[in-house]
Amino acid sequence: MTKLNAHIPQGPIADKWTNHKNNIRLVSPANKRLIDVIVVGTGLAGGSAAATLAELGYNVKAFCFQDSPRRAHSIAAQGGINAAKNYQGDGDSIHRLFYDTVKGGDYRSREANVYRLAEVSTNIIDQCVAQGVPFARDYGGLLDNRSFGGVLVSRTFYAKGQTGQQLLLGAYSAMNRQIGRGKIKMYSRHEMLDLVKVDGKARGIITRNLVTGEIERHAAHAVVIASGGYGNLFYLSTNAMGSNVTAAWKIHKQGAYFANPCFTQIHPTCIPVSGDHQSKLTLMSESLRNDGRIWVPKKKEDAEAIREGRLKPTDLVEEDRDYYLERRYPAFGNLVPRDVASRAAKERCDEGFGVNKTGEAVFLDFAAAIERYGKEKAHVKGLDENDSSLVQKLGKQVIKAKYGNLFQMYEKIVDQNPYETPMMIYPAVHYTMGGIWVDYNLMTTVPGCFAIGEANFSDHGANRLGASALMQGLADGYFVLPYTIGDYLSDDIRTGAIPTDSPEFDEAESNVRAQINRFIKNKGTKTVDYFHRKLGKIIWNKCGMSRNKKGLQEAIAEIKALREEFYKDVFVPGTANSFNEPLAKALRVADFLELGELFAKDALERTESCGGHFREESQTLEGEALRDDKNFTFVSAWEYKGGPSKSKLHKEVLKYENIELKTRSYK
Amino acid sequence: MKLKLKIWRQENATAKGSMQTYSLDSVSPDMSFLEMMDVLNEQLMEQGIDPVAFDHDCREGICGSCSMFINGEAHGPDRLVTTCQLHMRKFKDGDTIYIEPFRAKPFPVIKDLVVDRTAFDRIQHAGGFVSVNTSGNTQDANAIPIEKADADKAFDAATCIGCGACVATCKNASAMLFVSAKVSQYALLPQGQVEATDRVINMVKQMDEEGFGNCTNTGACEVECPKGISLENIARMNKEYLLASYKA
Repeated sequence: MTKLNAHIPQGPIADKWTNHKNNIRLVSPANKRLIDVIVVGTGLAGGSAAATLAELGYNVKAFCFQDSPRRAHSIAAQGGINAAKNYQGDGDSIHRLFYDTVKGGDYRSREANVYRLAEVSTNIIDQCVAQGVPFARDYGGLLDNRSFGGVLVSRTFYAKGQTGQQLLLGAYSAMNRQIGRGKIKMYSRHEMLDLVKVDGKARGIITRNLVTGEIERHAAHAVVIASGGYGNLFYLSTNAMGSNVTAAWKIHKQGAYFANPCFTQIHPTCIPVSGDHQSKLTLMSESLRNDGRIWVPKKKEDAEAIREGRLKPTDLVEEDRDYYLERRYPAFGNLVPRDVASRAAKERCDEGFGVNKTGEAVFLDFAAAIERYGKEKAHVKGLDENDSSLVQKLGKQVIKAKYGNLFQMYEKIVDQNPYETPMMIYPAVHYTMGGIWVDYNLMTTVPGCFAIGEANFSDHGANRLGASALMQGLADGYFVLPYTIGDYLSDDIRTGAIPTDSPEFDEAESNVRAQINRFIKNKGTKTVDYFHRKLGKIIWNKCGMSRNKKGLQEAIAEIKALREEFYKDVFVPGTANSFNEPLAKALRVADFLELGELFAKDALERTESCGGHFREESQTLEGEALRDDKNFTFVSAWEYKGGPSKSKLHKEVLKYENIELKTRSYK
Repeated sequence: MKLKLKIWRQENATAKGSMQTYSLDSVSPDMSFLEMMDVLNEQLMEQGIDPVAFDHDCREGICGSCSMFINGEAHGPDRLVTTCQLHMRKFKDGDTIYIEPFRAKPFPVIKDLVVDRTAFDRIQHAGGFVSVNTSGNTQDANAIPIEKADADKAFDAATCIGCGACVATCKNASAMLFVSAKVSQYALLPQGQVEATDRVINMVKQMDEEGFGNCTNTGACEVECPKGISLENIARMNKEYLLASYKA
């Protein structure tokens, strides 16, 4: 049995990373040329890792399922990226970012990793600016910041509502430079379908070319998984249609432990579901909560009238509105962390105060912000602050400059003008804190196999703070993995190229072919989406924003049954040797159907509430989440033993030496 | 809503393609265009017909994957949206909708509505970057103040999603809007100055080698661009190119 060792360096927390870098083994420039590294996924983590590894001199092969690395789903991140620069002079520091992240994660993340993340965060901003990433600036020409949920400082750097796009294009440009130099070989429209181990070490992958259907073998001295999160387990999520767990799940089946699968982030501000045809959900950046106020009607009859279209939200006077976040959490108000905001919205809607047709929406209102900004602008320009139409006009201009693209996106989808009437929002699955278990070096329990970015579990505990996903992706890819991987690869300088004609590659390839043929030959009656939708419903209803023992047990049984039905009755059209999207999807859904069961099992095992994981059995009298530090201050790391029901739990006990465990309060 | 769909079907890059007609009932005006295509594909699979292949991923207008030519327009009749953000409320009950791939010689069809846009990536390999290593030792981000107006313009240019609507729309299949957006982003920032000469020359050279046509200033690209990338960028690239040619 693999022993779970996080390999956390000794010494005071502020020195750990520096000491570790000073002590790990290095690979000389001449030897790096002899070493090949595979990177699967080209989002912020994978793209930045591939570029940096190539800059260092390794031979990199990068893979993505999209038609270009520029389309990885990091591109859709809107709000921003955190860094402890303290440019605003509001008391920020590395320690404060570290503290906020551990607290925000509800004390279920690893201190040493989080501290390192906070430490390298400042380098990220310097690096991105040097690359030509056009962050927002103030009129003095310096970088601008905004504030995000769960913190009391402004440390978020942004590029309008398209920060993820700009950062990803930065990483993509760094990759392009290396592709041009021949140091990265790029394989787009390729899907990784298995990991190949030789003598227990990760030595390659099997891929399918999504255009020709060809099954290919790729060898390397190390394999880096940067394939993102598994939010699409829920079918409806803010993830891209193609986002999947397959690469992560395949390495799990080959021995990489899967950590905290039930830690999922349900984002509070998404556009509500409009009907059964819905294929995905769209996020409205959390940055909107800086200026938007969240409310529902105070009286049920008003909520009902709004639902039926008899009453307009703008006609409801202040006294009849319930700004429930400001009421329940006066200190943080609308800027409470995501898990808290999501549960509060669900609580109001479950009580009958929802405001759209389905009763599953709350208002996000900008009227007050428009007025405030309008007055400020009028004052600056020496105009009449009491001219309400002028104030409205000026205020809308400010809001447009800040959130223009988000407002446009909302209007296109919902067909309502959010400058005139409050937005409607509802929580949706957005991010998965759980993922592949990694040690301090970001290596999984399979030697030579690394996991970075959203694909690993390491930094966000049970809840991620806004604008920290981009930070983690780039920290892992630009500044952590490129150092730590050298320590492992220093043993491989004399290994030479890894051959792909070994029995291990033969076996892995034939397994992949067998699975594909099984789907193609299976002349079932139901489409892949039928099963995916059904799985999503089970997970959303029974493992969603709040969970209980009975529901989780039912979910496990239902998913098992659904998986059996899937293999019996799924229909995949077309052939194996062609562009075949339903086939690609079937291979992904097969893995979701296994992960789903482990997810429910993990949630069942953890009888406490923490972060995004709310167990109804564990709450305070006021309905707030109740953690159980005595019994659950650990990471659940699951070992694959031939099926999710047989998976074995290992515990990595979390030690808090620098931060005192406290009840998280945002009141 | 009931719709008649005329869709380009083509088995693979070498096969001959043709328009096929399908009808679809019970389309909701709240559906996105791609959700309508999902419904069609479910229906086709039930009838034993191969589903229509099309590129799509984020479905929120930012990844640049979706690429349909709808009723003669890239990304369809609405302005400043990609196909995935286009909603069926823009169409009427009983409409016939023509759906084709983005057509241009440098964008060969892979299958049905899916085209190969890797030519765009190759143009970026030629110069779409600033040569700075990830050493962690770069100077402080606030060391060089940048005038807000320039930073904003650079950002506007940088919002290009690389979908290829400009190429598909242009009668010359010119990629000038796409290339100039990247050239402009760096031209407007101090970080881009060092390699400005090589960048514009190399990117334009690669653009020509890929077989994209020249710009004749019809401005159609700007109209159809889902991100509103301005023609100004083409003028800026021409200026940069001219200066670079003298220098070289």
